[in-house]
Amino acid sequence: MSTPIIFNTLHFDQPWTLENYLKVGGYQALRKILGEKMSPDAIIAEVKASGLRGRGGAGFPTGLKWSFMPRNYQGEKYLVCNSDEGEPGTCKDRDILRYNPHMLIEGMAIAAYTMNVKTGYNYVHGEIFEAYERMEEACEEARKAGYLGKNILGSDFEFDLHNHLGYGAYVCGEETALLESIEGKKGQPRFKPPFPASFGLYGKPTTINNTETFASIPYIINNGGQKFADLGVPNSGGIKLFSISGHVNNPGNFEVPMGTPFKKLLEMAGGVRGGNKLKAVIPGGSSMPVLPGEIMMDLNMDFDSIQKAGSYLGTGAIIVMDETTCMVKALERLSYFYYEESCGQCTPCREGTGWLYRIIHRIEHGEGRPEDLDLLLDLCNNIAGRTICALGDAAAWPVQGFLKHYRKEFEYHIEHKRCLV
Amino acid sequence: MINIEIDGKRIETENGSTVIEAAHQAGISIPHFCYHKKLSIAASCRMCLVQVEKAPKPLPACATPVTEGMKVFTHSEQAVKAQKGVMEFLLVNHPLDCPICDQGGECMLQDMSVGYGGGASRYHEEKRTVLAKDIGPLVSAEEMSRCINCTRCVRFGQEVAGQMELGQAFRGEHAEIMSFVSGTVDSELSGNMIDLCPVGALTSKPFRYKARSWELSRRRSVSAHDSLGSGLAVHTKNNHVLRVTPIENEEINECWLSDKDRFACEGLNSPERLTKPMIKQDGKWQEVEWQTALEYAANGLRHIASGAGAEQIGALATANSTLEELYLLQKLMRGLGSDNVDFRLRQADFSADGKQQGAPWLGMPIADISRLDSVLIVGSFLRKDHPLFASRIRQAVKKGAQANIIHSVDDDLLMKVANKAIVAPDALVTALSQVAQALDAEKNGKAQTASAEAVAIAKSLSGGGCVAVLLGNFAQQHPQAAQLQALAQQIAAATNGKFGFLGEAANSVGGYLAQATPGSKGMNAAAMLAAPRKAYVLLNVEAELDTANPQQALAAMQAADMVIAMSAYRHHATNYADVLLPIAPYTETSGTFVSAEGRVQSFKGAVKPLGEARPAWKVLRVLGNLLKLSGFDQDTSEAVRDEAIGGMDIAAQLSNASQATDQPAIPTPQSSGMQRVSDVPIYATDAVVRRSAPLQATADAAVPRVWMHGSELQKLGVKDGDMVRVVQGLGGVTLAVAADDKLPQGVVRVANGHAATAVLGAMFGTISVERA
Amino acid sequence: MLSDQIQAKIDRELRKYPADQKQSAVMAALRFVQDEKGWIAPEDMADIAAYLGMAQMAVYEVATFYHMYKLKPMGEYTLTVCTNLSCQLGGVNETLLHLKNKLGIGLGEITTDGKFGLREGECMGACVDAPMFTINNKKLCGRLTGEKIDQILAELGSGDKK
Ligand SMILES: Cc1cc2nc3c(=O)[nH]c(=O)nc-3n(C[C@H](O)[C@H](O)[C@H](O)COP(=O)(O)O)c2cc1C
Ligand code: SF4
Ligand code: FES
Repeated sequence: MSTPIIFNTLHFDQPWTLENYLKVGGYQALRKILGEKMSPDAIIAEVKASGLRGRGGAGFPTGLKWSFMPRNYQGEKYLVCNSDEGEPGTCKDRDILRYNPHMLIEGMAIAAYTMNVKTGYNYVHGEIFEAYERMEEACEEARKAGYLGKNILGSDFEFDLHNHLGYGAYVCGEETALLESIEGKKGQPRFKPPFPASFGLYGKPTTINNTETFASIPYIINNGGQKFADLGVPNSGGIKLFSISGHVNNPGNFEVPMGTPFKKLLEMAGGVRGGNKLKAVIPGGSSMPVLPGEIMMDLNMDFDSIQKAGSYLGTGAIIVMDETTCMVKALERLSYFYYEESCGQCTPCREGTGWLYRIIHRIEHGEGRPEDLDLLLDLCNNIAGRTICALGDAAAWPVQGFLKHYRKEFEYHIEHKRCLV
Repeated sequence: MINIEIDGKRIETENGSTVIEAAHQAGISIPHFCYHKKLSIAASCRMCLVQVEKAPKPLPACATPVTEGMKVFTHSEQAVKAQKGVMEFLLVNHPLDCPICDQGGECMLQDMSVGYGGGASRYHEEKRTVLAKDIGPLVSAEEMSRCINCTRCVRFGQEVAGQMELGQAFRGEHAEIMSFVSGTVDSELSGNMIDLCPVGALTSKPFRYKARSWELSRRRSVSAHDSLGSGLAVHTKNNHVLRVTPIENEEINECWLSDKDRFACEGLNSPERLTKPMIKQDGKWQEVEWQTALEYAANGLRHIASGAGAEQIGALATANSTLEELYLLQKLMRGLGSDNVDFRLRQADFSADGKQQGAPWLGMPIADISRLDSVLIVGSFLRKDHPLFASRIRQAVKKGAQANIIHSVDDDLLMKVANKAIVAPDALVTALSQVAQALDAEKNGKAQTASAEAVAIAKSLSGGGCVAVLLGNFAQQHPQAAQLQALAQQIAAATNGKFGFLGEAANSVGGYLAQATPGSKGMNAAAMLAAPRKAYVLLNVEAELDTANPQQALAAMQAADMVIAMSAYRHHATNYADVLLPIAPYTETSGTFVSAEGRVQSFKGAVKPLGEARPAWKVLRVLGNLLKLSGFDQDTSEAVRDEAIGGMDIAAQLSNASQATDQPAIPTPQSSGMQRVSDVPIYATDAVVRRSAPLQATADAAVPRVWMHGSELQKLGVKDGDMVRVVQGLGGVTLAVAADDKLPQGVVRVANGHAATAVLGAMFGTISVERA
Repeated sequence: MLSDQIQAKIDRELRKYPADQKQSAVMAALRFVQDEKGWIAPEDMADIAAYLGMAQMAVYEVATFYHMYKLKPMGEYTLTVCTNLSCQLGGVNETLLHLKNKLGIGLGEITTDGKFGLREGECMGACVDAPMFTINNKKLCGRLTGEKIDQILAELGSGDKK
């Protein structure tokens, strides 16, 4: 495996300190752009060249997103980092916050410089309080050392970063819900348009990126966008953090180039637990359609390959299920999650997620009816694409995926009132 | 302008509008629940999904901006499937209890489900139940399981009423509309939530179960309670008024109604209604025939006129009386030879009489308030005296207008106030003159010597754009009202602005047009009571509640030889009157109100008068006939109206200009004691409102307290909640005291117009407070 | 009334946000109250509303929307167990069973001595450490085994609560 880029401090005892970050060339990129007075256009060009696509799930090209920020806007603009990682299976951002917080700070400072923003917020998932505290300390450290605040590194560039702790709402990962949450409201997503780039935090132009997205920036600036792009495959530039959880011997986060074969990642995670047979894999966080093990074993982990197979790379969170897994039970739990986490504003999501869950719960508990499966699919069609945010889709896709590949198992459950496995 | 196509129909619409707006404009209806033209866009119910050419999925019409060449399909297969899907979701947790639901027949969900419902439900899971809530006496939230979480009520509170009393707590399927720890909704505009709720979750509590909507007849009417002139739909069944809802008029009340206008009707059928003429004989009240009562009254008047002289007769009417009533009342008096007639019962300063160039009015159309850039509101309990004027100003402030306040109390107006000067009543004139002074200094480049607040207010007003100075009830009732008016005039002139009076009641302008004010040799309301007359004719008046000085008014009544009370209710007049003539309240008579903006609005009775009550204009006409006065043979109220104002150029009659242009003197502060500040509580303003049980059960109708600055409480050695005795002249009352540190020092706030304070004296004046 | 410590903490939090956006500190304010008292009562919400100049109902909306706020007492140590898919696959059922047996309570309950409360949580964003729980929303303990649980509970000062 090549030298890690995001986890480049992991070999230290205390990977998170400023001191250690500096040892591996930390804040060089920031120093470089400030020293060279690099133009925002040049930075955006590098980011575009890097092929970096948002690591928050939607895979939107980062350079393009940055170019949407109004340049000549008078007044505050904001930069927001989305560390609200709460999509089942996903836990890569937590490790960035815990082990390399300064890389995030540097990435955000560069973004802030590029978009002429003075204030940033990092929204941290509520359950990882220790990571939040680590970020608070890191920001303080950076402030003291002149990497945040006024006159950063002696330049006239000013940027400060604050951490905002979430408190138990998955939907706040959706960027506009996240903004509402920073504003001290319920995390209910906003209708778009207007998009955050014109009406964001406190109604001001705002750019939001995922933690890993920001953490990829310093490397791109130091080494050039092309170098980053070359690490990956066409249309999926660079390296990526993959979280592998579920039925593997050695669950964990792995930093590998985009396009790495799934098979290889599975090996890195120690293979399927107990030498069991691989049954199914969710390749990109719980919202993405599940794929059968056989299909996965032939796939590479990049945006296009996974999409061709009928799912999405999403956040790169891989949930591995072995032959002992009851697919009805697995889906029941996921559906419960979306039911529990719906913010409650859109009718299809508020009423539909509960309906989906209750049907699947009945099937799991031996009270399914033959017509239930078609009903489920019809309801999914009535939810997906009909809501303000993508949580509606996120609730529908798993159901559609599970029924596409494992319908037999559901039918068995309905008919025999028990598990196939 | 932008061209789009909806269902094949070409529509030209404004850039920046949404698909639903464009559709409505073209008369195409798109189903919707959360969308409401007066509220922010939630785009959450998803009922309005439509197909848009080139869009991969259906889009919500309420939130989708139009773009040039856009093609929208509201009935295509994709659109209908989406709409049906949403409807199915809306119904899964809905109780489907239409047969017993109060909203039945006027329910958006019911109407639409008939069009979209798929027959048998596919939902076989357990339905959610939502607990009933008690949010006060006006709005029922008993059936919250029916709520579809459109959040219209929540947005209304936040955006229009200015206070977030309802919210959507919890999330997902557990989301519930509720108030904080079961608190009541106290907004003076709360009833609008009933209209806004598209289903039967929030309903009218007083109206609950009284009738089904299709059993009701609707009659147009006009609000009798404040000067806005809101349009009312009076709903009746079996000759009873069962509820009142707004008639939309963008120029007046938009689509809103204050709770006062909506729920006052509950007072119409109060058990206190007077339904038979009565006369007092040997100290005992007897029900008599109309003829007897009227002859008795006429004889009495004739007797006093020919004996003591007509100037010994005084007529007092409330400003809630109709134009026709006021007109005939003054005509009767003048026919008898008395010039003593007045409807300005709470006014104290009449020095502008005779100098006033026309009827004092708002000084601008109501709708212009929404376009103001800066406004100075002088002496107004704005939110409570004028709920919908306040709401208009609130909306203007949201759009960037600056509201400036000069007043003696600092109640929360639920809007951003740019500058304020809160001073004792005796300093009100000074405070306003300082603004004039600051403007003058600003204009002439002189050094500013005025107070910082005055300078700031002057700056706000001189910023250009649409500017207005509005004088509230308190300013109009103030003992130096004429000076305040002159200063407002001066400030308006200096800022190129308008100035005007918000107006206390439905006919505060109409009373002038009806000439119900004393002529040069007559006595005004205050004079008539200060120098008691031998006889009084009262029209709708409760002497101890409707006047500036209840103590004095009551004494005058008690001293009179004869009091003829025309009233819809039996009330305290039974103690001092000789004849009680039952007259019809505004729903039982035709008549006319002239609103603050000078809009003449006539209405018809919605129901027949209760019992033997008769429209007052008819009673006055017969009295005129019995007194053999000429000109009392009108057949209809319209004939009375036409005689009063027919052919009159109303606009030419309205003027706030006063010839009293002298620079007003700075008054000397009152010597000892405390200064009284009194409001007329929102649900104490007139006889009908005072008898509406649901309104009387609201927080706003609580027994008045004695409000003082905390330091005054300390001086007295009492604490919040203790009982204190307030005394004015010969009368005193024991009430609970409360601290309001936003009040100026030396000031005691005690309400007027309320039975609990009716023994006190003048609304403005010295008052003493002691420990009880 | 909010304690001086809480007020000081809120004030520090307020420095993160624009001066006219005090409401932004409401989530932190609720958290501070919960940290101090173990749960958040309506009176606390009213105090926070007054302190931040918000409508009380707006505070209530926030307190009921985010699931880590406790609106009733949940024990001196609230253990929130993630039961989502990765944790389910990672064996959280055994974890729960162990906890329930050990503490003698079910989900949503507290031990009779008020020491421990057990709650179900949603994805904590730490799935590779399944199964896991958080203690008082502060400390995340992952890769739980029966032995490890016993050790944690012992450190928090519990005997067997059967
Ligand atoms: C329901 C929902 C949950 C989401 N959760 C997260 C999240 O936890 N972290 C994240 O970065 N993006 C999340 N997103 C995506 C964000 O809305 C947004 O696209 C992303 O933060 C943009 O950053 P990126 O361009 O760097 O990927 C979520 C989206 C939805 C609809
Ligand atoms: S889709 Fe669900 S979570 Fe997203 S805004 Fe609508 S109700 Fe809220
Ligand atoms: S009316 Fe458009 S979403 Fe509700």
